[in-house]
Amino acid sequence: MLTDAERRDIESEIAASWDKRAASIPALRALQAHRGWVSDEAIRDIAAMLEMSTDELDAVATFYNLIYRHPVGKHVVKVCDGAVCWILGSQNLMQYLEQKLGITSGGTTADGMVTLLPICCVGDCDHAPVMMVDDTTIRDLTPGRIDGLITSGFEVGG
Amino acid sequence: MEPVLTKNFRKGQPPMSLREYEAAGGYQALRISVREHSPEEVVRIVSDSNLRGRGGAGFPTGQKWQGLPPMDKSALPRLVIANLDEMEPGTFKDRYLVENDPHQFLEGLIIAGYACRSELAYVFIRGEYLAPPADTIERALAEARDAGYVGRDILGSGWNYDVHIHMSAGRYMCGEAMGILNAMEGKRAIPRTKPPYEVTSGAWGKPTVVNNVETFCCLPHIILNGPGWFRKIGKAKDVGPKIYGISGRVKRPGSYELPMGTTLRELLDQAGGMLNGYQFKAALPGGASTMYLDDSEMDVPLEFESLKEIHCYFGTGTAIVADHTTCIVGLTHNLQQFYARESCGWCTPCRDGLPWIEKLYRDQEEGRGQPGDPELLMELSRSVHGNTFCALALGAVVSIESSLTKFRSEYDDHIRLHRCPFKDQH
Repeated sequence: MLTDAERRDIESEIAASWDKRAASIPALRALQAHRGWVSDEAIRDIAAMLEMSTDELDAVATFYNLIYRHPVGKHVVKVCDGAVCWILGSQNLMQYLEQKLGITSGGTTADGMVTLLPICCVGDCDHAPVMMVDDTTIRDLTPGRIDGLITSGFEVGG
Repeated sequence: MEPVLTKNFRKGQPPMSLREYEAAGGYQALRISVREHSPEEVVRIVSDSNLRGRGGAGFPTGQKWQGLPPMDKSALPRLVIANLDEMEPGTFKDRYLVENDPHQFLEGLIIAGYACRSELAYVFIRGEYLAPPADTIERALAEARDAGYVGRDILGSGWNYDVHIHMSAGRYMCGEAMGILNAMEGKRAIPRTKPPYEVTSGAWGKPTVVNNVETFCCLPHIILNGPGWFRKIGKAKDVGPKIYGISGRVKRPGSYELPMGTTLRELLDQAGGMLNGYQFKAALPGGASTMYLDDSEMDVPLEFESLKEIHCYFGTGTAIVADHTTCIVGLTHNLQQFYARESCGWCTPCRDGLPWIEKLYRDQEEGRGQPGDPELLMELSRSVHGNTFCALALGAVVSIESSLTKFRSEYDDHIRLHRCPFKDQH
């Protein structure tokens, strides 16, 4: 069941879109802003609002990288594995994070705090290596900077 | 050259507000366009400027607009889409432009709408660009709407033009013209058969013009200073100011506004040269989908025409520099991982070929390379080349072919040593 607030947000996305189907990505994003991820049940509920079949909407949801079809942690840490970050050692930083958090890329910490994912080049190559914590880009990464973020519980604001 | 696209940039400060932008001469080009020119005249001015699209393919902007069909009431509204998907690895120029001067971009977007007789524009923004630059654009758009530059009866002309923002949810294919149309329609971003081209039948079947952000940013300057002025900027064959980028182990990685036709050597000089202790080995001159240039090609003008003459691409003009510690096989593997992961899955050569290629590269890097692998990679690359609906698959494999031609010995070393010879260095 969608909450009233979720339903309202999706309805306002539909109102701002060309047609109902065109609202599918904004609606998925809106739902995810509330819940952090998009469940099978949510796909069914949103599809009904958009007058799409659940398969049609799931085809969209599973295609786009930033729509999560599995539960994620409170924070999603996305390590850029683009070419420039790779040249500057992003793979070592990913390993460092995996080791510090005790999970592998794609996993979520047992306390549900952090999900670790790779991400395509985020367009900040003059500050490589970079990663994103939720919607915030962290530039000029070093192991020390990662330690600081872990200590602060990845609270970066914004 | 005098800064053009970056003239209003203020380092370390928020971008100009609408009032500040107007005080610096902003929105004059829109006034001139709407009050002194017909839409057809604006199209002709842009055609005369020889502006080529800055998204990577370099298609002449005026020619693209001239491809719009005759006005037909059943095919309204015409749409303009600003492509701010910017998912090409190594590319960060459009973010730089909109974060530092959102009104320049919006003014260009509005001028394009007038020229194309459009009533509705979408700014298609990659999902990761939420804050900033999406919020920067939203603030600027609200200011432009309040000032009457967007909305109904713009500058008393009777022309209506609205601008919407579409936040994407991330997929490389969204940056491709047909992919972006499907994404806008709420579908998987997969290619479409061409023709019809998007100018005839684009999003929701409406005539649609898709241009890159940097392309829009050039428009106010072309209107204000004239096409002849624009054509005079440039050091070789292509024209106009260009936001070049450079990253990797250089002293000052970043974006630099330079005349079209700047060479890699000059760009590297702008960035202060290589970091101490590092030597230049190669560069991908315009993002991941371009061919490697080696040190013998540092004086080739970085532009569409000159690079085409040496069978290379210009792409986005943002160079990725590999230094002497960078393994070319490893870097190409990184690129192939990206393409294999991001392939939209529509065409078999791309969907199935790229993961095979990626696996072969992994074999080289992990010491399982076999004699004959380089030849197999070349064969696989050629079977992707030209056998897919969209051009992104072609971009995916050009680094394979150019690395095999120019850095073959690195492949042979991996196979002979059963390991990556650079492993302890990266």
